Amino acid sequence: MSVGILILIVLGLALLGYFVGRQRALSKAANEGRKLHSLPSYYGQFLALFTAVPALILLAAWLFVQPMLIESHVSGLIPDSAIPEGGARSLVMSDVRRIADGLDALMEQGGLGEEDLTRMRADLTNIRSRLAEVGIALGSNVPVEVFDAAKTYRSEKNTGSLLMTIAVLGLSLASGGWAFMRIRPELRARNNSETFVKALLLGSSLVAILTTVGIVGSLLFETFHFFQIYPAKDFFFSTVWNPQFRGGSDLGILPLLWGTFYVSFVALVVAVPIGLMIAIYLSEYAGRALRNLAKPAIEVLAGIPTIVYGLFALITVGPFLRDWIAQPMGLGTSSSSVLTAGLVMGIMLIPFVSSLSDDIINAVPQAMRDGSYGLGATQSETIRQVILPAALPGVVGAILLAASRAIGETMIVVLGAGAAARLGLNPFDAMTTVTVKIVSQLTGDTEFASPETLVAFALGLTLFVFTLGLNVLALYIVRKYREQYE
Amino acid sequence: MNQMTEVEQKAVEMLNEPKIVARNVQVYYGDTHAIKDVDVDIPAQSVTAFIGPSGCGKSTFLRTLNRMNDTIDICRVEGDILIDGEDVYDPKVDPVQLRAKVGMVFQKPNPFPKSIYDNVAYGPRIHGLSRNKTELDEIVTSSLQKAGLWDEVKDRLDAPGTGLSGGQQQRLCIARAIAVNPEIILMDEPCSALDPIATAKVEELIDELRENYTIVIVTHSMQQAARVSQRTAFFHLGVLVEEGPTEDIFTNPHDKRTQDYITGRFG
Repeated sequence: MSVGILILIVLGLALLGYFVGRQRALSKAANEGRKLHSLPSYYGQFLALFTAVPALILLAAWLFVQPMLIESHVSGLIPDSAIPEGGARSLVMSDVRRIADGLDALMEQGGLGEEDLTRMRADLTNIRSRLAEVGIALGSNVPVEVFDAAKTYRSEKNTGSLLMTIAVLGLSLASGGWAFMRIRPELRARNNSETFVKALLLGSSLVAILTTVGIVGSLLFETFHFFQIYPAKDFFFSTVWNPQFRGGSDLGILPLLWGTFYVSFVALVVAVPIGLMIAIYLSEYAGRALRNLAKPAIEVLAGIPTIVYGLFALITVGPFLRDWIAQPMGLGTSSSSVLTAGLVMGIMLIPFVSSLSDDIINAVPQAMRDGSYGLGATQSETIRQVILPAALPGVVGAILLAASRAIGETMIVVLGAGAAARLGLNPFDAMTTVTVKIVSQLTGDTEFASPETLVAFALGLTLFVFTLGLNVLALYIVRKYREQYE
Repeated sequence: MNQMTEVEQKAVEMLNEPKIVARNVQVYYGDTHAIKDVDVDIPAQSVTAFIGPSGCGKSTFLRTLNRMNDTIDICRVEGDILIDGEDVYDPKVDPVQLRAKVGMVFQKPNPFPKSIYDNVAYGPRIHGLSRNKTELDEIVTSSLQKAGLWDEVKDRLDAPGTGLSGGQQQRLCIARAIAVNPEIILMDEPCSALDPIATAKVEELIDELRENYTIVIVTHSMQQAARVSQRTAFFHLGVLVEEGPTEDIFTNPHDKRTQDYITGRFG
């Protein structure tokens, strides 16, 4: 039975359980002449949850564990002699899986019976051509051991899924039945349902946290591999970035970090003053009608896909800067430049700064403004000397969040600043950033064993450490600020 | 000698001339008519208390005197409010200058998140009241002395103003108002967030400040009005019910509503 149908059956049982539980609670209460502790629907929920949740958890666990068990068993069946020269066991195993799938397909389409299959032997039948009939192409003829392994794989998989169906349905009925027996008027079904909600919410937050841990873990693992084959000293301190896919590359991170910080710096120089002034205008000067119109309009900027910004940089800003500024001043002839990417990225960041700062400035208590106006200060004096100092920590937090966004930006840089790793000061030169190089190292037909590809993980980890640091700093500052007024 | 010299007569007239004159004042919040037909004279160098139940409009009226209501979009003021004979709502009057002349202390102490020194120096700096650091130091010192806070804070002028206790913060706000050298100080329930001991200190201070400033205080507490004020005005539902010397209001009210309020029947 397929997993989808199994899930549907369990959910159907749960739905049935809902009505049964509700009915049982009502009739028990009527028989015993007692008042129900909770509303009748909670008893229904109680039974439904106990029918579905343990069974679904078992199903998930089974689906996770079964393939691992079968794989390890079957791969033990394949003797070393069956593994071709220079190949890997994992490659043979993927053949095994495909043959097993092919056999299933054959049984469906080709009228192959279970008995025919047991009689089928790799040395007598032409497996390759039969599998080709159902669309499974194999590179070579199938060795006997591999075919036998595939047969074992297939039969174990079928037994496994049969067992799984029985276990899941059995657990569903058993725990549902147990819950059914427990339904009495004094059962605190409402509290049980509350516990479940709590567990659900906790589970959701765990998903987010575990994903972060998983990402960091995989980065760390691959970075460790990289540093085993490439010296860390060269990576962190070399000023040359020159990957060669034939080997012997220079993989110094410094030019990339420099490009990242240069572009981000230009972006922040654009975004911070404009964003702050927008925030001040919106929160202090603009009327309500204008504010309600302007704030969403500015936030639209944040919703534009970065690739669109990239196009804008590539076809509008870049040529403009080159033709009107860089060339007349003799500073460069490249349309991709740090300035192009920085300017466009700055525009993208404006709403990050303005929106957050606006909220923060609004959070400064009205009493501060009153106090200042009451002393005869004008609006701009009040803003400069009272409101901005009071909002400063929060504004700094907003700026740091924008900075971490700038550091991680890729598309605008690819199209705006080019791909040349360079250490230089001229803002009209093409440069590149860490993120761009991660993309370019991983695109194309490459295997994950050479330093040229593994370096992407070391770059990613470095970037992650930087942005994580900025985010932690930003959160720390914002939190410290909040304590001031609460 | 019954006849006074001309100069003396002028002086008496000036003393008698009320500092603030309000005639036929109406205040609207959008469609709500918050203050109706208020006529009141507030004499100089004295404390005038506005009392009345919550929502009666006494704070609203107070805030019309230095045009703090200008910051609220939907608020509209009609009628005449004259300070020293000048119409406060005349288009020629700059509300910013007006507020330097008519200082304000608020219900909740609201020191700026700056040092004690910078809190007091804020007004003088904006208005350019000092030419150099020494003069500014002098203004800060004397303002803190007048507010009775100097002895408590003289060793920690660089500490943040928000770190003081509630009563100290309120006296800091009074010092901040005094530093601009105003003629009138408006106080909007200055003690409602303070404990009894801090309240007593602030009341004592108000009594001392009377010598140099015209003070208008809004208060919930009738005892406070009786203790600190020379004149009292009773507001009810946006109307000025009765106004006169504090003693008269508390011992011999003319209006039934005033009597009900001060004897505790409502409010």
